[in-house]
Parts: sequence; structure tokens; C-alpha cells
Amino acid sequence: MANSRTPLIPGFGLTLGYTMVYLSLVVLIPLSATFIRSFDLGVGHFWTVVTAPRVVASLRLSFGAAWLAACVNALFGLIIAWVLVRYSFPGRRLIDAMVDLPFALPTAVAGIALTALYTPNGWLGRLLLPLGIRVAFKPLGVVVALIFIGLPFVVRTLQPVLEELDQDVEQAAATLGASEWQTFSRVILPALWPALLTGFALAFARAVGEYGSVIFIAGNMPMRSEIAPLLIITKLEQYDYAGATAIAVVMLVLSFALMLGINALQGWAFGRHGAR
Amino acid sequence: MRAAAVCLALWVGLALSPALHAATITLLNVSYDPTRELYDDYNKAFAAYWKAKTGDTVIVNQSHGGSGKQARSVIDGLQADVVTLALAYDIDALSTQGKLIPANWQTRLPDNSTPYTSTIVFLVRKGNPKKIHDWGDLVRPGIEVITPSPKTSGGARWNYLAAWAWALKQPGGSAATAEAFVKKLYMNVPILDAGARGATVTFVERGIGDVLLAWENEAFLAVKELGPDKFDIVAPSLSILAEPPVSIVDTVVDKRGTRRVAEEYLKYLYSPAGQEIVAKHFYRPRDPEVAARYAKQFPTLTLVTIDNTFGGWAKAQAAHFADGGSFDRIYGQ
Repeated sequence: MANSRTPLIPGFGLTLGYTMVYLSLVVLIPLSATFIRSFDLGVGHFWTVVTAPRVVASLRLSFGAAWLAACVNALFGLIIAWVLVRYSFPGRRLIDAMVDLPFALPTAVAGIALTALYTPNGWLGRLLLPLGIRVAFKPLGVVVALIFIGLPFVVRTLQPVLEELDQDVEQAAATLGASEWQTFSRVILPALWPALLTGFALAFARAVGEYGSVIFIAGNMPMRSEIAPLLIITKLEQYDYAGATAIAVVMLVLSFALMLGINALQGWAFGRHGAR
Repeated sequence: MRAAAVCLALWVGLALSPALHAATITLLNVSYDPTRELYDDYNKAFAAYWKAKTGDTVIVNQSHGGSGKQARSVIDGLQADVVTLALAYDIDALSTQGKLIPANWQTRLPDNSTPYTSTIVFLVRKGNPKKIHDWGDLVRPGIEVITPSPKTSGGARWNYLAAWAWALKQPGGSAATAEAFVKKLYMNVPILDAGARGATVTFVERGIGDVLLAWENEAFLAVKELGPDKFDIVAPSLSILAEPPVSIVDTVVDKRGTRRVAEEYLKYLYSPAGQEIVAKHFYRPRDPEVAARYAKQFPTLTLVTIDNTFGGWAKAQAAHFADGGSFDRIYGQ
């Protein structure tokens, strides 16, 4: 896998230089500005801001809901990708195109539409109410919105891998006496793990920072259904730039740590099963 | 589209007109959400007035959004010639945070630099089925009150302070009883929208809640647009005089050389013609004559001011809406 031979196309120095400049301009400089701004607070004050009960509750909700939504998307995204790749049926292309809708829709529109659907007098909310399930203006609503915006990430990362997966391998497994479940869990799933983890990570990362769609459906009650990005906006409304960036820094660090963990897990899955 | 057509018409007019030295000036007015329709009208009137007076053509561009967000954009460099925001606190920030205007900006124009006022009223479902008549009714068990979060919405801060002021003026009222009252009121608030328009949508479109705390002009607009058969406006016994002030942005007008026209733009708001437009859009005019003519439109109620009851915006902000203020205490911090 690791390729230490001289690459065919030269220009490593140039492309690496380009990579570093581009990354710095687009990612590193804005992020370090955030970090530097939060230093205005001093360590003690920084700690007070980010450990305030309301901030902690909002971080728990943002990360918890994003995690839950990414898990749901990983499972159902896998099923959708499987159906779209493996079966041919009328309307397949239409459904395929629909998967991208959450990408294309402005998030505020998604939020308003979902809220209209799930409020106690909305189409779905009305049916769920007798069951004692309230979605809009509860933490569950946050999860629903995040599932919506995260779905394409899982489907789109899995599709190409599924398409390249050789069906002969499955038949070979079957001829060697593997049950259907064994074929799935020992042949197909290991090949999918890396892509599934990527999709999960993308959906999760997108969901953690999501503001536009969530804000309409969350209800925004302090300590209960208030997401961390809203608290950042709240601080900004008070012209408390340092406090706002403090929360941003915590979100960044947490996200980065989680991404690193997922990457490590992916490396492990990749190394162990050697997808190709 | 219409703006483009107007531009085109103006250009053609200019080309054909014999006036040789007529200039075209653009201004940017950065405002908050509910003034959209007001300034659409006003800009046309001002352009006509300025044309007649000087021969110059003035085109006023508009930017609307949440008041706090708009102020931050200007601080961060949006080239606004004038700002017309929801509360003085946000214009104060242009002075304290950005050094864009002098600290005494609010004394430069009459009436605290507020050419029009509004107040906070209740919007209820048609026929007022829950019999909501005053602030005291809002804390009854089972009443759902819709108001946005005062942390993120300028309008919601007026709502909050109006409720506080009412409780303060009750027999035996004190800061402690007022806080207890407001706390009880917010226990009846099922959703805290981020902005005033969001709260209006929750109440009007989603059908949630029994009463919406709203700007008077927004309430009138909702009734006018959505039909008087759906909602009623209830005026409480006491409310707050909401003063959305205006100011030129000194650093910008000096750089762009638009100070004279920008100042005139704001002053014209105080003229009888300007006040007439203001009143048509359900803002309360300052001019006594125009006010008298529109008196029937506005319910009479006792109005307290932010300066007399709360000691000005800076104090009110620190005591109630800053981190650890009374609003945070309500939610148990």
C-alpha cells in the first residue's frame, strides 16, 4: 500500500508547497484567528465560560445529537446505498437524485419544512402526538434535523465502494459454504468499513456545527434544547467576541479529537482487512 | 427587478434632462427586520424631496436583519451611511466597540434620536378565547406565551422589560417581585425562537401558543396581512415605549463625503411628510399634529421609558441580559 518508489509524476515539492499554502489560507489561518481571539479571556475566565452549566449542556446536546444522527445515518445510509447500487427498479435515478437534496437545500428551508411537519399540528406531528412522541421543539427534533442534513454523506461515500465490490467474491463465499449472514459480515462489511467510517465522520462533523436547520426545530430552551452554535450567536449578540470564540475553540478541539479517533479507527479497519 | 427599472428610468431621465450638474448619490441604510416596508416607502419620498431641493438623485439601498447582527456587520466594516436599529444598545456598540460614532450620538437629533416609537402589545387568537387582557393573565397556568429569546433578539428585550416594568408598578412591586413574575411568565413560554420574525411564524403559521408578545407595528402588520378574522390585538394596561433610534455613521459618511445628505435623510424623518409615512406603517409618530391625526389607530396605554424605569440601555443590558443577569437566573444559573 505505502508506495516509497519514485512516483511517476514528478513535482512533489511544488504540490506539497501548494497544499500547505492552500490549507493555511483556507483552514489554518481562520482557525488560528479563532484560537488567538479566545486567548483574550485568560485561562481562568476561559474555563469559567466553557464550564458554565448552560454551555456544557449545549455541548452535550450538540455532540450527542450529532453522534446519534450519524449512527442512524450510517445504518440507513448503508441500506439506501445498497439498494441503489444492487437493484435496478423504476424510479431508481429519481431516488438517487433525491439523496442529494439535503445538500442542495438551504438549511434554513430544511429547518422550517421539518418544523412545519413535526409540530403538534403538522402532518407527522399530529400522528405522533397520540403516541406521546413530540419531535419539534424537543432534543429529538434536533436529532431529526441532523439526520436529514447528514444522510447524503454516508450514501455518497458508500456508493462507489459498493459499485466496485466484486459480486464474484460473494458467490465464491457462497460456494465455499458461507451462510448469507457470514457472507455479509465477513466478506462485504469488512470491505465497507473504511467508507462507512468516512461517511459517519463526515455526517457527524457536519451535524456538530449545523445551525440553520436546527434553530427552527430545537425550541432553544436553555439547558434542554439549546445547541452550542446558538450559544456562540448569543455571545456575539452581547458583543462578547472572546466568549463566543471560547465555545468555538472547545467545539473545534472536541471535533478534532473525535475526527482523529475516527481516522485511527479507519486506519485500523483498513490495515486489518486491506480493502484492496 | 423594480429597482433595476427605477435605476434605468432615472438614468434615462438624467440623460434627457437639461440639468447638467445633477449628481447621483447612493446611501446605505442598515436597519432591522420589521422596517422593510417603512423604508421602501420613505426612501422614495426622500429621493423626491432631495431631487426637488438640490437636483441630485439619491438612491438609498437597504439592508435588513436582526438588529444585533446588523450592528456587528457595520462594526466589522459594512459601509453603512446611516443605521436605523431596534434599540440604542446596538447603536451604542458602534461607539463602544467600533469607535465609528461619538459617544453622544443620541443627543444629535431630537427625541433621543428616535423619530418614531412603538410599544409592545399582545396578539391573541380571534375572539380572545383565553381572555388575556393584561400582563397578569400571562402567568396563569395553561397559558402559552410566545416570545423570542432576549439573548438573541432585540425585540424580545423590549418584551421582557415591558413585563418587568408592569410587575414593578403593581402594588408592593419590587425588583424581587418583578423577577419572580417574569420567571413565572417564562415558565409559560414553550419555545424560545432566535428572532422576532421566527416567533411570529411560530404563533401565526404553526398555531402554537395563546398569545404573542409583539412590536405594535408587527402586530398591526400581521392582522392586516393575514386577515382580521384570525387575530386580535390586545393592549395591556402598561407597556414600554420602544424607541428604535437612528444615527449617521461618522467614519463612513466622512470617507464617502455623504454627511450632508445622510444627515438630511434622517432629519426628513422628523418632517410632517416623514412622520406621515411612519404613521402609515404603524409606528407611533413623534410629531403632535400627525400623532393627533392617527390617534384612533393606536390604543392608549401607559408607557414607561427605558431611561426612567431602567436607567438606560447599558444598565438594563447588564442587569438583565448579560451572562449571569436576571434572564439567566430565570433558567436556574
